[in-house]
Amino acid sequence: MIQLKVNGVEQSFSGESEMPLLWYLRDILGLTGSKFGCGVGLCGACTVHVNGQATRSCVTTMANAAGKEVTTIEGLDKNGLHPVQKAWMQINVPQCGYCQVGQIMQAAALLDGKKKPTDQEIDEAMSGNICRCGTYQRIRVAIKAAAGEMA
Amino acid sequence: MSEIENVSRRRFLAGGVIAAGALVLGVRFSRARLSAEKLPQDTNADHAALHPSVYLGIDPDGTVWIVASRSEMGTTSRTTLPLVVADELDADWKRVKIEQAIGDKRYGDQNTDGSHSIRSFYVAMREAGATARFMLIQAAAHQWGVPAAQCETDLHVVVHRSTNRKAPYGDLAIAAAKFPVPAKEQVKLKPKSAWRYIGKGEVSYDLEALVTGKAIYGMDARADGMVYASVERPPVLGGKVKSYDDKETLKVAGVRQTVPIDPFKPPPAFQPLGGIAVIADNTWAAFQGRKKLNIAWDNGPNETYNSDAYKNELRATSHNPCKVVRNIGDADAVFAKGGKIHEADYYVPLLAHAAMEPLVALAEFKDGKATLWTPTQNPQAVQDIVSKELGIAKEDVICHVTLLGGGFGRKSKPDYAAEAAVLSKKMGKPVKVVWTREDDIKFDYYNAVASMYMKAAVGANGKPAAWLQRSVFPPIPSIFDVNAVYGDAAHLQQGWTDIPYDLPNLRVENGPAKAHVRIGWLRSVANIYHAFGIQCFTDELAHAAGRDPLDYLLDVIGQPRTIDFKGVEYPNYGASMEAYPWETGRLRHVTELVAEKSAWGKRKHAKGTGVGIAAHRSFLTYVATVVEVEVNDQGEVRIPRVDVALDAGLVVNPEATRAQFEGAAVFGTSVVRSGEITATKGVIDQSNFQDYPVARINEVPAQTNVYIVDSDAPPAGVGEPGVPPFIAAFCNAIFAATGKRVRDLPITKLGLS
Repeated sequence: MIQLKVNGVEQSFSGESEMPLLWYLRDILGLTGSKFGCGVGLCGACTVHVNGQATRSCVTTMANAAGKEVTTIEGLDKNGLHPVQKAWMQINVPQCGYCQVGQIMQAAALLDGKKKPTDQEIDEAMSGNICRCGTYQRIRVAIKAAAGEMA
Repeated sequence: MSEIENVSRRRFLAGGVIAAGALVLGVRFSRARLSAEKLPQDTNADHAALHPSVYLGIDPDGTVWIVASRSEMGTTSRTTLPLVVADELDADWKRVKIEQAIGDKRYGDQNTDGSHSIRSFYVAMREAGATARFMLIQAAAHQWGVPAAQCETDLHVVVHRSTNRKAPYGDLAIAAAKFPVPAKEQVKLKPKSAWRYIGKGEVSYDLEALVTGKAIYGMDARADGMVYASVERPPVLGGKVKSYDDKETLKVAGVRQTVPIDPFKPPPAFQPLGGIAVIADNTWAAFQGRKKLNIAWDNGPNETYNSDAYKNELRATSHNPCKVVRNIGDADAVFAKGGKIHEADYYVPLLAHAAMEPLVALAEFKDGKATLWTPTQNPQAVQDIVSKELGIAKEDVICHVTLLGGGFGRKSKPDYAAEAAVLSKKMGKPVKVVWTREDDIKFDYYNAVASMYMKAAVGANGKPAAWLQRSVFPPIPSIFDVNAVYGDAAHLQQGWTDIPYDLPNLRVENGPAKAHVRIGWLRSVANIYHAFGIQCFTDELAHAAGRDPLDYLLDVIGQPRTIDFKGVEYPNYGASMEAYPWETGRLRHVTELVAEKSAWGKRKHAKGTGVGIAAHRSFLTYVATVVEVEVNDQGEVRIPRVDVALDAGLVVNPEATRAQFEGAAVFGTSVVRSGEITATKGVIDQSNFQDYPVARINEVPAQTNVYIVDSDAPPAGVGEPGVPPFIAAFCNAIFAATGKRVRDLPITKLGLS
């Protein structure tokens, strides 16, 4: 039996310990905000926070999530108004939106550690998150806007 | 009795993990509303008190229901078309609720493809809004005992100015419904000066849902009692299962069973590819079980397909006379005179769509009817293929359209939805088919691999005295007709037969190529390779003549004129030549505009940097792009700046339009940097983002500036037209920066590093 905390709620899981956290969140808990994009940690659509670190849930097994605190987009802010989410709306970042949850989780983790990231630091932190619609320019602007608000 | 339905409104939603957001699959108890019981094909608009159009309904509480009949894949059309209705209605946007239509022919064409949602539905949306406004005015005038001509509308109210009376729309809805729906001729559309939203735009109706994870995509669809499926498909197109062993698969925890899917009968069209489906309790178990399958395949005739050899075949074909599809003067006579000849071969490989949401569909076959929830660009095509596969009437296929996690043309082709329907019928329960990224890359309908042979006789001032261009590519009609080998008019028009240059001698040709994979539409389609060939070859000629590429480009475009397509099969993207003539003056204008905005010729370019320009019309929109690149000693290419000017006629939503052109530059960046699908013995070599990379944040233009020409011409496309000129301008900039000419995409073959 694997114990973990998801968005502040204690959960226990008795299934395959090799199941990736992503499919546990999506199929078992019904938290579908975290997205399936590649299954091998190359696109970032599945990004969640594990003990505060941006983590690719599609390559994190349940065994590795045991005892950890997992935060998904559903738990990032109870009103959906984390500064990054607000900035995303203000800058009108999303097109199809499918990757944006992962982008937002990645950006929120970046701003947790760096109050005022440079362009290069943004590129480094965000280059694991693919957006096929091509919203990168706005992502960069939105991260700076969120940083401004959090300062 | 409970039923699952597609509810795009918040009022039926309460609690639960997925029960929030803008487009939700919810379960509710069916109940009678204002009139009869609501059927799955009914919208709230249908049941509203005032319902003068399939697109619109108004309830007594003032809620305005607007039906989005086109699919939302990121272009914001689900917001922008309803915005046009709201404008003509003088509705308060905050009181509008958008509901997503199921597949239903009463909405007309629903194939959200070809950048024509606004173009084709702009007038219909205006008429829908104006019709309801007309009826509301009638009702108010009757109530007040005044002539309707004295009444007008303000935001969500009818007003009678001289007596200072106002009536909210909600209060009038029931009374207005008693008036006859006016004939089109009776309804007056607003003058431009009175527009509230058109030309100003609005952010996506779904914006909040998109940033909170509440938006429901096909991948997020659920139904009670559903099982998950992952399908092992024949690795070569047209292959079949010879035999299979699922013993190890069935040992995987969570796997329930395997189910064979029949191979298709050629042509493939939108049929399932066949193979073995693994049915499981969750997605992961289905994936794991599938890895344990042991299948022997009969690969069939496409086993001989190798991309390297195929490239040589295309090129050889293009070096010999092909089918003439447009001719002016006598190019051969000029070539025969000798003199300076410039020739080049251009090549673009197969390209995959790689939308962020892999293909997925949930289907439930029950009581002779199929209900689907799927991210489709074309729900009526889902109805077609599912009805054929299951042998039921088209009307018995209910296709709910979820949000799409990208589409780019792939999700117009519903083979994945057909798989889910077939499996649900076999299983007798709801089945969700989930494609992996590997499936998505390996079983795409690829943008065609294309070879272009270009030849010019160089005349006075370096201008072409004669111009010959031949393209050879496996055509999209090959998915519907195995014998189709020539480009059809619908795709030859895409930047090939409509080369806009003022040339005395021009011959446009197309050669045959047999398809060995499924070929399909991808964002801007044939314009990708055609614009690449023409716009880069133009740049070559400019440099060969020692002329400025901008100056040369304007020179070959020539003076403003309307292109005469006499004798040429030119479908003009389905639009009339009267409403949408091909005007070279508009192409010139965007070219001059982008040159001015980018300070062409005025910026200094250090060693290893340079700018390139290209101009192209596609989907009835005129676009010119300037790209600046920097190439360092390691051969790494950066794109500091992109400028793009566009004339798309009337632009309803400028903000969304800018976003489309920003995105097109990124999409084009992927094509140029790394876009390449190849096959060995008929099997696609690539599988995921490690070998089919798409552009990341550190690789894309640092800044894309978009300039929209203010125009009253009828609206044209904006989703696709940014891609083709970006690709050519980017390649021209690489030449300017490095002296290396890009003729083969992607640039990994150029040897920059």
